[in-house]
Amino acid sequence: MKRERLWAGLFLGPAVFLIAGYLVYPAFVTIYLSFFDRNSTEFVGLDNYVRIFTNNAMLTALKNNLLWLVTFPVLTVGLGLLLAVLTDRVRYESVAKSIIFLPMAISFAGAGVIWRFMYTYRPVGDPQIGLLNQIRVALGAEPVAWLLERPWNNFALIAVGVWMWTGFCMVVISAAYKGIPRELVEAARVDGATEWQVFRHVSLPQLLPTLGVVMTTMIINCLKIFDIVYVMTNGNYGTEVIANRMYKEMFQFRQYGRASALAVVLFLAILPFIILSVRRHLREERSTNG
Amino acid sequence: MASVTLQNVTKRFGNVIAVNQANLEIRDKEFIVLVGPSGCGKSTTLRMVAGLEEITEGNIYIGDTLVNDVPPKDRDIAMVFQNYALYPHMDVYNNMAFGLKLRKFPKAEIDKRVKEAARMLGIENLLDRKPKALSGGQRQRVAVGRAIVREPKVFLMDEPLSNLDAKLRVQMRAELSKLHARLQTTAIYVTHDQVEAMTMGDRIVVMKDGVIQQVGAPLEIYDHPVNMFVAGFIGTPPMNFLNVVLRREGDDYIVDGGSFKLTIDPERARQIKNLGEYVDKEVVLGIRPEDVDDAKLHPGDERNTVVATGDVTEPMGAETIVYFSKGEHQFQAKVDPHTEATDGQEHPVRFNMRKIHIFDKDTEQAVV
Repeated sequence: MKRERLWAGLFLGPAVFLIAGYLVYPAFVTIYLSFFDRNSTEFVGLDNYVRIFTNNAMLTALKNNLLWLVTFPVLTVGLGLLLAVLTDRVRYESVAKSIIFLPMAISFAGAGVIWRFMYTYRPVGDPQIGLLNQIRVALGAEPVAWLLERPWNNFALIAVGVWMWTGFCMVVISAAYKGIPRELVEAARVDGATEWQVFRHVSLPQLLPTLGVVMTTMIINCLKIFDIVYVMTNGNYGTEVIANRMYKEMFQFRQYGRASALAVVLFLAILPFIILSVRRHLREERSTNG
Repeated sequence: MASVTLQNVTKRFGNVIAVNQANLEIRDKEFIVLVGPSGCGKSTTLRMVAGLEEITEGNIYIGDTLVNDVPPKDRDIAMVFQNYALYPHMDVYNNMAFGLKLRKFPKAEIDKRVKEAARMLGIENLLDRKPKALSGGQRQRVAVGRAIVREPKVFLMDEPLSNLDAKLRVQMRAELSKLHARLQTTAIYVTHDQVEAMTMGDRIVVMKDGVIQQVGAPLEIYDHPVNMFVAGFIGTPPMNFLNVVLRREGDDYIVDGGSFKLTIDPERARQIKNLGEYVDKEVVLGIRPEDVDDAKLHPGDERNTVVATGDVTEPMGAETIVYFSKGEHQFQAKVDPHTEATDGQEHPVRFNMRKIHIFDKDTEQAVV
């Protein structure tokens, strides 16, 4: 018994130490600092939090994050599901999937550069070097300043995020889709189901747990979205999100208190989804063990 | 209810021929069993009837309808799969009702049919359970129930009992036979188990390497196998094959095994019309273990009694299987359990030469 405890301690020790030192302690310090002023010297109560929900720049960031939240997970998971099911039926499946997954392998900075070229805008009359505007002009339309025009510039950024993450969703969903026993689908076909009914009544219910996991991951992903916005617009022209605001408050304005408060707000926003995903994980572990 | 007809049906997977020129007429209400070793094309044949596999060449008719290009959902067939293939997210009731719901049956009718089938199969108390909460035998019943509520033209069953334990398999075998007697629906049943084939089928189709070897009633196939494969596949323990030379001595046909000589029963010799062509040639003598008897317990027919060495005895209770050897030959005998044949001892055995089969050594076809 004693030996077992010793061993348990030995195995757990390093992990507990690292999590406590690098995660738990900073988290508590952040919460503590969020109630202080910019230099962390004077207690200001809830002032930093009040500011987050009253200041215009802050509200823009919150609003944009909300926009990401309602579009990005649905688009990535939806497209991922569609592509997983469609690629499963073609002979060049692995090639198609590799291409769709490829953006995942590109750094955010690299993706930012690529998409800036896609979105590049030159005034009317000048030669358009951006692909999208080139197409518009060729079709006889006016060029559009994709990254400047509100609120469409936000969607332009979300499109980049979707481009990068759809491949990931597709691969995970595809693995689950392939895990559906072939007989199940065949049984449904023999039972009289059309291809759509097979998908709707047999495949989709089998995919739900996976879709839940991917959806949660994408929600967490977009709540803490930072790099795409940072690289493409640096949060200008009304595209800022919470993480960018936090970064600015922290490293440009040296507002430690406000930055900490933003961090806490972001943490609280993500928390329910983390709990959901941990719960599901535990439930699955129980059901596979039992 | 309907007949099923296969005309020159061939299935190729790339260069591999899974089913080669299969011709088969399955009558209305018939219970037909496709049997053969794994990879013989029996499942592929069934899946082509189901519409789950495309036909490379040939035609399949259900009733009078050519179904080559009819998708499975429109063929009015029901299938029971080896691993049951129950929908895991639906309870038993909905598993059985699914096909009827898709066909837009009225709710009351669905309810009536599901409850009726559940009663027939003894699973009424399981209707609100999910498949996960069922035992293998119960899942099998639900899978059968899902097929019968549809009242299809044809039942297709792909090794439905092979995931069950031995005892349950025997029980379900009888239940399925009873069910078929009651429902009178045409059924095609695939199995690798020749006992299932013998006990369940109105007719048996023996397949090997994608080719139909023989079609016939169970005893017809047992008594008159057309070749060595069928002879060896149907029956346990399998038929003994002895390499011998056929000779003519006076009016009698003799098989010469080197260390022994046996006289073919004149009646049997007359039945095998082409026997004369094989005189002084090597042939294969086929004789079932139950036609080799213990001559000490049941003496008689001295001419066809041979003293052989018992190698191994396997008492089964009702009978004992003895592995004998004589010279270069080896054979099994199914004898009375009171036999005194023991390991390593010589013992007289008598061959029932009325029940023998002669096979061509090169073609392995039965000499008729």
